[in-house]
Amino acid sequence: MWDYSDKVKEHFFSPRNAGALEDANAVGDVGSLNCGDALRLMLKVDADTQTIQDARFQTFGCGSAIASSSALTEIIKGMKLDDALKVSNQDIADYLDGLPPEKMHCSVMGREALQAAIANFRGEVWNDDHEEGALICKCFAIDAVLIEETVRANSLSTVEDVINYTKAGGGCSSCHEGIEEILVKVLAERGETFSPHNVELPEAAKPAKLTNLQRIKRIESVLDSVRPQLQRDHGDIELVDVDGKTIYVNMTGACAGCQMEAMTLQGIQEKLMADLGEFVKLVPSRAGSLSRAASRP
Amino acid sequence: MDGIYLDNNATTRVDDAVVAAMLPFFSEQFGNPSSMHSFGNKVGLAIKKARMQVQELLGAEHESEIIFTSCGTESDSTALLSAVKANPEKKEIITTVLEHPAILAQCSHLEKEGYKIHTLKVDEKGRLDLDEYARLLSDRVAVVSAMWANNETGSYFPVLKMAEMAHAAGVLFHSDAVQAVGKVPIDLKNSKIDMLSLSGHKLHAPKGIGVLYLKRGVRFRPLLRGGNQERGRRAGTENTASIVALGVACELAQAAMHYENTEVRRLRDKLEAGILARVPRAFATGDVDNRLPNTSNIAFEFIEGEAILLLLNKFGIAASSGSACTSGSLEPSHVMRAMGIPYTAAHGTTRFSLSRYTTEAEIDRVIQVTPGIVAQLRKISPYWGETGPVAEDKAFAPVYA
Ligand SMILES: Cc1ncc(COP(=O)(O)O)c(C=O)c1O
Repeated sequence: MWDYSDKVKEHFFSPRNAGALEDANAVGDVGSLNCGDALRLMLKVDADTQTIQDARFQTFGCGSAIASSSALTEIIKGMKLDDALKVSNQDIADYLDGLPPEKMHCSVMGREALQAAIANFRGEVWNDDHEEGALICKCFAIDAVLIEETVRANSLSTVEDVINYTKAGGGCSSCHEGIEEILVKVLAERGETFSPHNVELPEAAKPAKLTNLQRIKRIESVLDSVRPQLQRDHGDIELVDVDGKTIYVNMTGACAGCQMEAMTLQGIQEKLMADLGEFVKLVPSRAGSLSRAASRP
Repeated sequence: MDGIYLDNNATTRVDDAVVAAMLPFFSEQFGNPSSMHSFGNKVGLAIKKARMQVQELLGAEHESEIIFTSCGTESDSTALLSAVKANPEKKEIITTVLEHPAILAQCSHLEKEGYKIHTLKVDEKGRLDLDEYARLLSDRVAVVSAMWANNETGSYFPVLKMAEMAHAAGVLFHSDAVQAVGKVPIDLKNSKIDMLSLSGHKLHAPKGIGVLYLKRGVRFRPLLRGGNQERGRRAGTENTASIVALGVACELAQAAMHYENTEVRRLRDKLEAGILARVPRAFATGDVDNRLPNTSNIAFEFIEGEAILLLLNKFGIAASSGSACTSGSLEPSHVMRAMGIPYTAAHGTTRFSLSRYTTEAEIDRVIQVTPGIVAQLRKISPYWGETGPVAEDKAFAPVYA
């Protein structure tokens, strides 16, 4: 039996606002074919004040799907539409004193129904970009589709990368076999083979989150620290762009294209990761490689 | 706890007589059966007796064909891995879509190691196509594994026939009979079944004890190597108390076999007919004329199984469901999907599994309570209108992730 909070049980056994809303002017129908849940959220919105006056739901789903629907209607009643759009699935889970990780998708469905209903009211078309796969990491509720997409998009190749990018596998580590299977599959698509090794779990305490500006300054100071060495070899490095976890740089002069470039980049990347306390990828920018190609005899 | 327990395919209550029989093996008879001193003097004999009790229930020819293991899953894994190790040149395995994960997960693991797994499909009632099976049998196949009775629907596979076909083709045959042993008569000595798994906790013995039946002469490679227990086929000091318990449980099951197939069957039929008569848009799944006497699996359309179970539980009724949400995976039961049950029904499948302890009063109570629970959930289902499914033109068609 699931370890449901009393609040979840209470909202399941006596759901609030269940049933059709006759004079609804905003309806959101969403569902998840795989997990077998489906939800119709019906709102009565006051067009002048943009306020949700009433909300009701009909749900085909498990205990936590029904409880999440009930909680959602309670949360959003009386809200302005723009505020309602900010309600996250975590808000719904928190309202219920938490959901088991396997059940977080029930709260996601609630949030999606809300977005769909508001889009319906505004005459927009709502597109669902959320795809669900089998749950891999039970500690952080992360599914296979998310992991696979992240691995593909960021060319990840180790379990550590996956932990750093998605958090999946960073808890009890029981799911590492599942993560490795995804890596094997995606690496094969890229024509690479997965090389297994023991995973060093990252230290628990992470430095406080840096602002973007602080982060860029830290990155520049790391680059500054390696610059003298590069210049000694008649080369240089400059920061081009920072896009999330990817740091684009230009390698110029004698460094560019030299056999040592890859090794140098890797060394700098490690320095950056140690300094920032997070996983980053150092990539020679396109501009850099173009100028490199041009400068080649 | 006082409740109505209709989840006997998940696990069973240990019979009081079984508990009484095993207790001395924690205290006076705690010795190691392999020891020479007198603290274990009765233990070896007790294990021998238990082995014969299991042999009797299975209709095995020799007591040495009984290997005690730690559970049904271990027996299943041992059977598959032994078969492939003992036949290293054969790289194919035949199994069925309806198997328990104890077989399916091991097969997909072997698939990654290069084995070709042929998974036999089933029709809407969960029946196999034996022609397809016959075509796949060849000298490339290391082992066939097919379950005797399905844990979700109770339906039988024609394992005796399938074993004969395998034997004729020179292929080993294993059956996961975890759900069948103790509920239906079995006579292995007159069959071509080479290996068979059972699990104690499905027949009123404790959890954590199982058996692999291994026909004399079948080539075998152990899963666990070590001491000489179980004639070297399953090393590790014997779980004596549980082995004794399983022996007693087998004897009790044998004695109750007639009751199981008459009275338990009658109660099951009454339950199923009673619910189907009172609940619209519900149907029994599986091969209903060819199944275990204790199992009824009913699909309630347009509602979801976990919600049904939570409400049944409020009335003290324990059942189980093929719904995705009860498993922690996001998939509805692979059994229901393999039979092509539409998902609005598959997620609402509810399994009632009885035992010889189930009473008529309990069945009457479940028949009385269930229609109200279904109606309550349909009332808040977007697929259900006032009195039936939402009409075609207004049908609920959500955006699916
Ligand atoms: C058909 C079948 N096979 C195997 C098993 C696994 O048995 P055990 O729990 O003893 O490992 C079960 C029980 O869940 C089962 O129903």
